[in-house]
Amino acid sequence: MMSDNQPQLLSKIATGNGHGEDSPYFDGWKAYEDDPFHPTKNPNGVIQMGLAENQLASDLVQHWLANNPGASICTPEGVRDFKAIANFQDYHGLPEFRNAVAKFMGRTRGNRVKFDPERIVMSGGATGAHEVTAFCLADPGDAFLVPTPYYAGFDRDLRWRTGVQLVPVICESSNDFKLTRKALEEAYEKAKEDNIRVKGLLITTPSNPLGTIMDRQTLRTVLGFVNEKRIHLVSDEIYAGTVFCHPGFTSIAEVIEEDKDIECDRDLIHIVYSLSKDMGFPGFRVGIIYSYNDAVVNCARKMSSFGLVSTQTQYLMASMLSDDEFVTGFLEESAKRLAKRYGVFCRGLGQVGIKCLASNGGLFLWMDLRGLLKKATFEAEMELWRVIIHQVKINISPGSSFHCSEPGWFRVCYANMDDRAVEVSLARMRTFVHQNTEAKKKSCCHRKLRLSFSSRRLDEFLVSPHSPFPQSPLVKAST
Amino acid sequence: MRLLSTKATCNSHGQDSSYFLGWQEYEKNPYDEIHNPKGIIQMGLAENQLSFDLLESWLAKNPDVAGFKRDGKSIFRELALFQDYHGLPSFKKALVDFMAEIRGNKVTFDPDHIVLTAGATSANETLMFCLADQGEAFLLPTPYYPGFDRDLKWRTGAEIVPIQCTSSNNFQITETALKQAYEEARKRNLRVKGVLVTNPSNPLGTTMSRSELNLLVDFIKEKTDMHLISDEIYSGTVFSSPGFVSVMEILKERNDTDGIGNRVHVVYSLSKDLGLPGFRVGAIYSENDTVVAAATKMSSFGLVSSQTQYLLSAMLGDKKFTRNYIVENQKRLKRRQRMMVSGLQKAGISCLESNAGLFCWVDMRHLLHSNTFEAEMELWKKIVYQVGLNISPGSSCHCTEPGWFRVCFANMSEETLTLAMKRLKNFVVESTCTQRSALFNGTSKRKSLTKWVFRLSSRDHREQEER
Repeated sequence: MMSDNQPQLLSKIATGNGHGEDSPYFDGWKAYEDDPFHPTKNPNGVIQMGLAENQLASDLVQHWLANNPGASICTPEGVRDFKAIANFQDYHGLPEFRNAVAKFMGRTRGNRVKFDPERIVMSGGATGAHEVTAFCLADPGDAFLVPTPYYAGFDRDLRWRTGVQLVPVICESSNDFKLTRKALEEAYEKAKEDNIRVKGLLITTPSNPLGTIMDRQTLRTVLGFVNEKRIHLVSDEIYAGTVFCHPGFTSIAEVIEEDKDIECDRDLIHIVYSLSKDMGFPGFRVGIIYSYNDAVVNCARKMSSFGLVSTQTQYLMASMLSDDEFVTGFLEESAKRLAKRYGVFCRGLGQVGIKCLASNGGLFLWMDLRGLLKKATFEAEMELWRVIIHQVKINISPGSSFHCSEPGWFRVCYANMDDRAVEVSLARMRTFVHQNTEAKKKSCCHRKLRLSFSSRRLDEFLVSPHSPFPQSPLVKAST
Repeated sequence: MRLLSTKATCNSHGQDSSYFLGWQEYEKNPYDEIHNPKGIIQMGLAENQLSFDLLESWLAKNPDVAGFKRDGKSIFRELALFQDYHGLPSFKKALVDFMAEIRGNKVTFDPDHIVLTAGATSANETLMFCLADQGEAFLLPTPYYPGFDRDLKWRTGAEIVPIQCTSSNNFQITETALKQAYEEARKRNLRVKGVLVTNPSNPLGTTMSRSELNLLVDFIKEKTDMHLISDEIYSGTVFSSPGFVSVMEILKERNDTDGIGNRVHVVYSLSKDLGLPGFRVGAIYSENDTVVAAATKMSSFGLVSSQTQYLLSAMLGDKKFTRNYIVENQKRLKRRQRMMVSGLQKAGISCLESNAGLFCWVDMRHLLHSNTFEAEMELWKKIVYQVGLNISPGSSCHCTEPGWFRVCFANMSEETLTLAMKRLKNFVVESTCTQRSALFNGTSKRKSLTKWVFRLSSRDHREQEER
């Protein structure tokens, strides 16, 4: 490894830290890796609540697979297609795959809007989709506006190899972190002052980490804003199918189709999607770029060569997602189970006075633990986080890792574990809060005691959903 | 303000090249034995369709894998959730074992030094991102795979400077050519970060000699910040002597006393050897820990589907299967290549002697009306539109000499190949007659005509193809 230390041997991209994995939040992930919870083998281990996965409905998929052997090109029922599928590398993708995905996207939007299969472009997960979109829409040095708090992976996906910048649009708890026109204008003007050319606005709805949907009024505001400034709008709708109760999900696609009173240049509108959250298939790497701009579709399609979806997977997905009965049943049942899990957590936390932002989607809660901070600073947030990781032994993600402007908020994932783990995690939280309450009483705190539960940051995990460690427990899939 | 990025609006994606245009023509009018017997036969696609039956029969014997099961138990859930960019350990192990087997086990690979990527397309681009800054260059021997213009340059901003190889020595890399390329780069103010070679070569179909490999290793040894990338995507397609020598073997022989082991990187893929381009399985192998670490993180943008990793970990983990597959696949490729060579000979056309790959590097210089690339394009258009064969002109591969074409032989049935050769022969005969009448009118090149006629008459009566 000698000559690596020469800065010239490798590229700046390779030797820099644009991958985002060098941050101090490694502790949380490492703590989990070193001591992962298991209900029987390691009941005192660290519980993983920093992983936004949807594990609640995989039994439904398994059942479907067992009944549909022809969906696999490896079974006797499907093997006659093996050769054609294994040989097919056209970056347009299998037509049946595109058709099925377009239909599924419509379904997750209550069939209120239709998607054109010709505009569906594949990518290496939403991770790949974001990078390709940035490459298509912006030159190095250009910027995207992103409302805070936002998924930390964007720092890598949109910036690392593209040279594009991110400019935060500050959202605050005072109005439940809703995006306002004022905040957009402020961010835009600030970028202008700093001589940064803004090329687009990236929104995520439903939001990660908030779990809330962007309402129609806000979407209309956003549409007006991007058209006025003549910048792109990328709507990351990866959690579209996780919305489990009122108010339902509104896609940007619906607003541009239905709200004809707003002037909208469709060449500015692009949607990023994936099957990783709604279906719970992050391992299959099915990312989608859907653009209303023909030139972007063409360019993104050429770039998709760098991250095509395996045809084995395209074939399986085409079959599964065109099964209308299955899809309807799956989406309904998945939403039910998410709602139930959300309810269990909200009530459980509420029992010890912990409040969360009211949400109706995503795979996580946005918890308010400001009351447990020693001071309203990010240092205090970090301190609290470390205590929770090592004492409460729950791995959750601190708001600062999502660029939240206010300390004390934490994202807690609830859909990646079974009921037993849920009970254990709630019990631990209750214990910690009680202990903290006692401690605070003793320390003569005059502040009104707001029993909030603090949690740890898991920025490392958020920056990269993949384990940065060689011996990830995820590798148990192989052994 | 321009709406899209520079990358989106330029043509560095390279798809305006004739390499891709030929494909488009094929798409408009594809040959089909029954439905479109006069259509264009695709001979521009380096695919290996010869050994699918071996894969299919393995699948029939291993039903567990197909059903997302291991030892009868469903592992669907774990696979669906598995997105670790380090890859499935069992798959990486099976893959490195397979790579070693292809190299006669003369070298072994450490699974911790393998990075999985979405095809070799992604592997090559990722390596560029890791090794070169924008504006820096890699030297590539010509002729080279047209896709490199996109894969290595488009989004990375890197440059390619050609190492000119010629037919005078069967397109082998010489020290002179290497040095000239390096000088050329310097003249253009480009910092050279290394050399990238494809071994076995696309489009030549030849394996690199030991002396060429040593020449390259010596070359990068001298310059402390230069790398050598060896794209060995066709390593399993070597079907006759002189056998395949990987750059890793050379390093082993030299005991890496030069300490350049961490500046040599291998690219691999299952798209050619196993004929699975749809599955998007590529790999970077490097002894350089920093490269492996950076490339692993970058692989997030193009991971291999866990479903596919699992299938292939089982398949490649079956050593009995892989041993048999490698041997049988090579046999079939050899036979197919022989078929093409003899078919070409019947048409009075020779090609570069080759021992690997899925194509022949065909010499049609004698069919050009002038020794120019315009003439090559004219000939190519005739072959695509009149003869109905999509082949790849040498200019699309950056060949320095006009008249060479890459013609693929492993992506069609034997009958189709026979038909293609027949069409070509007819075309040549017709052209000869045209030339002859032109000759009588006193306008043709007598010398080249005589050469054709000689070739045709000596092959005319051969009925059996070489086996």
